[in-house]
Amino acid sequence: MGNTHAAQPGELPKANTKAIWRTFWILLGVTALEFLIAFTSHNKMFRISTFLILTLVKAFFIVAEFMHLKHEVKALILSVLIPVLFIVWLVIALMVEGDSILVVR
Amino acid sequence: MASHSVSTSAKVNLWGGGVEPMKASYGKLMMWFFLLSDTFTFSALLITYGLIRFSNPAYTGEIKDFVFSQEYWPIPDMVFNGIPFFHGVHLPLVFVGIMTFILIMSSVTMVLAVEAGHRMDRNDVQKWMLWTILGGIAFLLCQAWEWTHLISGTEAGSLVNGKIFHGANLVQNEYGPPAFADLFFFITGFHGTHVLSGVILNIIIFYNVAVGVYDRTGHYEMVEKVGLYWHFVDLVWVFVFTFFYLI
Repeated sequence: MGNTHAAQPGELPKANTKAIWRTFWILLGVTALEFLIAFTSHNKMFRISTFLILTLVKAFFIVAEFMHLKHEVKALILSVLIPVLFIVWLVIALMVEGDSILVVR
Repeated sequence: MASHSVSTSAKVNLWGGGVEPMKASYGKLMMWFFLLSDTFTFSALLITYGLIRFSNPAYTGEIKDFVFSQEYWPIPDMVFNGIPFFHGVHLPLVFVGIMTFILIMSSVTMVLAVEAGHRMDRNDVQKWMLWTILGGIAFLLCQAWEWTHLISGTEAGSLVNGKIFHGANLVQNEYGPPAFADLFFFITGFHGTHVLSGVILNIIIFYNVAVGVYDRTGHYEMVEKVGLYWHFVDLVWVFVFTFFYLI
């Protein structure tokens, strides 16, 4: 009985923070990489595309681990993620629009 | 006789009522859907930034020859290059890097508070909530400095409507087209308002934790809900950071 891992009454279970710190180091590493690219690369297309990809990587880890969405049921994950597709549409639509405003001006 | 008894076999109607199809409480679900709607608001603002930036000419010359002008969109490195106590030194991205680190760090302390809540460890929740609040306040102070820096402008200034103008407001802007400053103040201001309300919510929950409300209710779910909001604020900053400061 004394050898079980369950907490005894009145005693608090041990903290389990390994995954949290792992996510922290990933986020810090990706941000550091962004800084490295910001200071060293001057290729515009490379910069913009890398920054966008790294931003999405960071967003994934914040939503999946910190907000715990990865560990929710599928119905909840989908009902949060599917509406975000509208944003993708809006990005494409308005970037094209902005470009043509510049041409018309 | 028992023809109408409830079937307890494997086939449970998930959406027929009586069960939680999302396996999440009402409050947590509504927080998710609120955050989804807020995602649309912030996306609309950031996409507007993209649209207006794309409809203005970009700077095409060498970076070392860059000067502020009303003719083209400014390079962010040249605008956001100050840090406190180093007046006039060109240090691009350093200060915003500090701000990003503060916000990521406070997100970590928040998730540590949520984890401590799962263990019903009141002292740990209290400790990590306090760090989160301090991180939020530190971020807001940094943002206040950043705004002041942008509003007061550089010593040289630049030519706006035939006159030398220093700094930026909603009508005139030494760094580039007025829309650049408008969007900066509006988007970082809207994000800062979210940070401020997050800090206030955190303080309320911290108070409840400290007086033992959640020990009496038997769970720390409120900490999880404000945690979701706080991480969302961090998430938005990740995007603001990329679009305003990096690209």
